[in-house]
Amino acid sequence: MAYDFRDIAAFKGVWVFCEQRGGVLQNTDFELISEGRKLADELGCELAGILLGNDIADETAKEVGGYGADKVLVYDSPLLKDYTTDAYAKVICDAVQEFKPEVFLIGATNIGRDLAPRMAARLHTGLTADATHLDIDTTKYVEFLKESSSLDLSKQTFDYEDRNLKMTRPAFGGHLMATIICPRFRPQMSTVRPGVMKKADFCADKAAACVVERPAFALTRDDIKTEVLSVEKAAKKMVDLIGADVIVSVGRGISKDVEKGIALAQELAEALGGGVVGSSRALVDAGLISADHQVGQTGKTVHPKIYVALGISGAIQHTAGMQDSETIIAVNKNETAPIFGVADYGIVGDLFKVVPQLIAEIKAAKAAK
Amino acid sequence: MKAIVCVKQVPDTSGKVAVKPDGTLDRASMATITNPDDLAALEAALRLKDATGCEVDVVTMGPPPAEGMLRECIARGADKAYLISGREFGGSDTFATSQIVAAGINVIGIGPEDVVFCGRQAIDGDTAQVGPQIAEKLHLPQVSYVADIQKEGNSLTVKRMLEDGYMMVKVQTPCLLTCIKELNEPRYMSVNGIFECYDNEKHPMIVLDYAALKDDPLIEVDTIGLKGSPTNVFKSFTPPQKGAGMMLTGDAPAADLAGILAKKHII
Repeated sequence: MAYDFRDIAAFKGVWVFCEQRGGVLQNTDFELISEGRKLADELGCELAGILLGNDIADETAKEVGGYGADKVLVYDSPLLKDYTTDAYAKVICDAVQEFKPEVFLIGATNIGRDLAPRMAARLHTGLTADATHLDIDTTKYVEFLKESSSLDLSKQTFDYEDRNLKMTRPAFGGHLMATIICPRFRPQMSTVRPGVMKKADFCADKAAACVVERPAFALTRDDIKTEVLSVEKAAKKMVDLIGADVIVSVGRGISKDVEKGIALAQELAEALGGGVVGSSRALVDAGLISADHQVGQTGKTVHPKIYVALGISGAIQHTAGMQDSETIIAVNKNETAPIFGVADYGIVGDLFKVVPQLIAEIKAAKAAK
Repeated sequence: MKAIVCVKQVPDTSGKVAVKPDGTLDRASMATITNPDDLAALEAALRLKDATGCEVDVVTMGPPPAEGMLRECIARGADKAYLISGREFGGSDTFATSQIVAAGINVIGIGPEDVVFCGRQAIDGDTAQVGPQIAEKLHLPQVSYVADIQKEGNSLTVKRMLEDGYMMVKVQTPCLLTCIKELNEPRYMSVNGIFECYDNEKHPMIVLDYAALKDDPLIEVDTIGLKGSPTNVFKSFTPPQKGAGMMLTGDAPAADLAGILAKKHII
């Protein structure tokens, strides 16, 4: 039967793109499989991972089964060893046209965000970028709105029979949230922000039961117009405030032991998922830290996912450069410090005492996930 | 050869972001800027011009005032500008936008040595989708997240950033690259450029409306505008009002905070 992106009833099942780098599955894969499991259960359908690479063992593929996948489609070729847009988009689009999944999730990594738009354009379907929340079930979606929106739901009506995937994402630096739907075409595609979806507990029995299929596919070197010359791991990370997801900034409050204060900030940034150390102007002017760390009006304007201000009073020149961060945490000895006015969470106390505790508690909380 | 640069005028979200009561963005009250990643794309094209003397064309889709941004691109060194504008194009999502911009680029024409430059993503939508989708519509190879470009004959060797490192990728022209801010430091407008940017003979400003694009096979009623957009906004809302923030005043504030961060999936 011909492929028709409008024939909604012909599409069944939830698929997750399982990204490997150097043959290693990524954490995002497990997060998306776990989330995909919930959606597949709400739809009453199968959950499949799709994994492309070279020399992929069944045992590697089955690992995603441990997080909830019923089966994994493996496409194995030396031409798929490293990611190229052309090869991956061709193999996956051909597979979608063959098997017709209803929902297709892709991690919003630098690779996923390259692949997904190319696929959606070829498949003539919609794509939501960087979703942070997904629902099929409308009752659950309304519950989500109750918690996470300022909408007056008493004035809203919902179709509780609606089975479209509701994909919610932040826009304008988190100032607005939008729920996107793709009602007319299939598959419903979304990239999903890494680190947001909760990873299920790994289940060895499920992994063992997971079916590995290796469907036939067509791919030749002529299909690929780019050539990967090398893949390099980053050496020491440069101070990239703008691109950082986590920034832990230090201010005058670390003056009594600058070295230790910066080390604590770095350690906290690592515990929060990896990030960089920023600073207030005061420390830069005092020559205690280099100017490339400076956040604020005369430094860099940043909006990371997490911004932590340690021992920073929060002058307007500083807050102007960081107030659009998604989550702001402040630690300061002075309970009247203006930084607490822009912070989502504040702790009054000596940062040299509070931060080590915070590092330990965050590590514990993450381990418990 | 020539370089075609896709640019977008965006509200300046680094300043105050104004939201209307209905949950949509109050664009009228916000300043507009050229999207920062797009300036990196323009600068990359201008460096190619510095090295090879190639022509640099800038193209945007937007309302008529976007002309001002295109004039600024000329003042920085671009040669020609194309403004794709028409009410038929309004409400387009990334899919529909890429159909229209690709049709506009077809009017400009792509030669065997040409390079299309886009910014990685725009600061209003943050989707990073339009560049790759234009590449698909034009059947061009793409490399995204480009942080360095070396030209050797008919091929480019580019550094493509990953979260944990980078790839060196060789790509043949014609191709499309999406550029990140780290690629370069955009040049300022030159005095001469500002002087000349309204000289329509030297620097044509070509408006492409629906009539100009409608014969391109990419332009169909069901592929452009709100009606041709596969995605729809189902709900748009603001997060709950940010209060004064939560002060953690218990006996174990660090543990309480870690618990909240974990519960809200912040960590």
